[in-house]
Amino acid sequence: MSKRKLDKRMDSVFKAVGLAVTLFGLLVLAALLIDVVMDGYQRISWDFFTSYPSRKPEQAGILSAWVGTLWIMLTTALLAIPLGVGSGIYLEEYARRNKLTDFIEINIANLAGVPSVIYGILGLGLFIRLMHLDRSVLAGGLILALLILPVIILTTREALRAVPSSIREASYALGATQWQTIRHQVLPAGFGNILTGIILAMSRAIGETAPLITIGALTYIPFLPANPVAFSPESPYIHLSAQGFLDPFTVLPIQIFNWVSRPQKGFLTDAAAGIIVLLTITLLMNGAAIFLRYKNQKRW
Amino acid sequence: MDRDVIIQIEKADSFYGTKQILKNITLNIYAKAVTSLMGPSGCGKSTLIRCLNRMNDLVPRFRLEGKILYKGLDLYSRDVDITDLRREIGMVFQKPNPFPKSIYENVAYGIRIQGVTNGEFIDGIVEESLKKAALWEEVKDRLHESALSLSGGQQQRICIARALAVKPQVILFDEPCSALDPMATAKIEELITELKKNYTIIVVTHNTAQAARVSDFTAFLYLGDLIEVGPTGKIFTVPQDKRTEEYLTGKFG
Repeated sequence: MSKRKLDKRMDSVFKAVGLAVTLFGLLVLAALLIDVVMDGYQRISWDFFTSYPSRKPEQAGILSAWVGTLWIMLTTALLAIPLGVGSGIYLEEYARRNKLTDFIEINIANLAGVPSVIYGILGLGLFIRLMHLDRSVLAGGLILALLILPVIILTTREALRAVPSSIREASYALGATQWQTIRHQVLPAGFGNILTGIILAMSRAIGETAPLITIGALTYIPFLPANPVAFSPESPYIHLSAQGFLDPFTVLPIQIFNWVSRPQKGFLTDAAAGIIVLLTITLLMNGAAIFLRYKNQKRW
Repeated sequence: MDRDVIIQIEKADSFYGTKQILKNITLNIYAKAVTSLMGPSGCGKSTLIRCLNRMNDLVPRFRLEGKILYKGLDLYSRDVDITDLRREIGMVFQKPNPFPKSIYENVAYGIRIQGVTNGEFIDGIVEESLKKAALWEEVKDRLHESALSLSGGQQQRICIARALAVKPQVILFDEPCSALDPMATAKIEELITELKKNYTIIVVTHNTAQAARVSDFTAFLYLGDLIEVGPTGKIFTVPQDKRTEEYLTGKFG
């Protein structure tokens, strides 16, 4: 056989192998998904979302879990977005290249790869033992914020780097200061990509279980964190409260984890239903991120 | 004819790191005239023009020795406010680089960042600048569309209008037509000729025909040296240096 023919044959062989490998992964995933959906779909109902966990599997719901997830996500976002985007801007636009910034850069990249349970242990020592935040929403949010901070910093930097220098030059040439250039040109141009990174980071945080279990987040919570906003018929009508941040919480993955470890069969159905909810949220977030990325593929 | 010197470059040496780009350049730029900086790629002409509005400050490890005086003031002295300087000395770049915003916002940006918020005043400046850039008629009905939807030549004129909006004295053109087709090029050149009535213009080009068409004075740079400078007619008809002659006749470049 000539070399040319052999090359061509190798081409088709590789194509077939590649296809098989891809399909294998997708099929396994699909099988898992279908299995979960089959197990859990009949538990998905209004009651499931509005009930607290219970000893009886058919009465158990995810109310405290999804509200807790919402609280934790809100706290994480409030902490991680300003810190992460701010550091990203500083490192990319202001910091001078020197040994110190190189060192910081390497460490941020490394932190992005640290297993989440380590963050949990850090949080246990720092936020709970030292700062006495207890197993509160704030403690959980702080840990998850730390966990996704490096990811947000890295994606912010990448997004800013992708803004062409011609845009910056144009702005400087009109007499803009560095901050004006960043605020009015660079940030808006990189906004879509920064947002994409934030959503992906948040969707990672939403599924995290290990660090929250490490700090001892409770698995049975038959109440909700205090409402941040309450209304009354008399003045001052609206009452704001930060108490919720200090209340104990549970989140979806922990609730699922708890149900899976129960002996009764009914709880497995509850767990499957919980997984469907969690997966749907993650899928929606990732979908939004992909959509944003697609929309922001700007040509300059 | 007597002309005022607006920019004096005195014995300028510039370096990127240890690499010397400009070697002992001494050059006068005359007010309300077009000066071309002409030469082959890598001769330092872009570096030189970027010294004039201190765009090179953005480049790490850039260094300038010697003096550049603008109206007698040392551009590189500590007293110079770089943002004020860049309002006086505007710039149009090689590749059209409008902001990814509307036509209107592109032109308004320069005065907005000065803190101007008066809508009518900004409207007036935008219209006036677009008229001066010979673009008003083409875009007056679509001021709020994206500037990126325009053709390359129109985008470059947006960039010119944007530079004019902050009322500069000097406008630097860094190979403004190198990304444009001949029709768009002709329009920009026509515009440059029109603008020199009110502005001092410096054009970087490697296109000898363009230098001949638009400029009153031509400086020829080669490998970081200023080889020859003078009235354009003289440079093109009786070049003093052999290298200028060879470049003009297309022997290299």
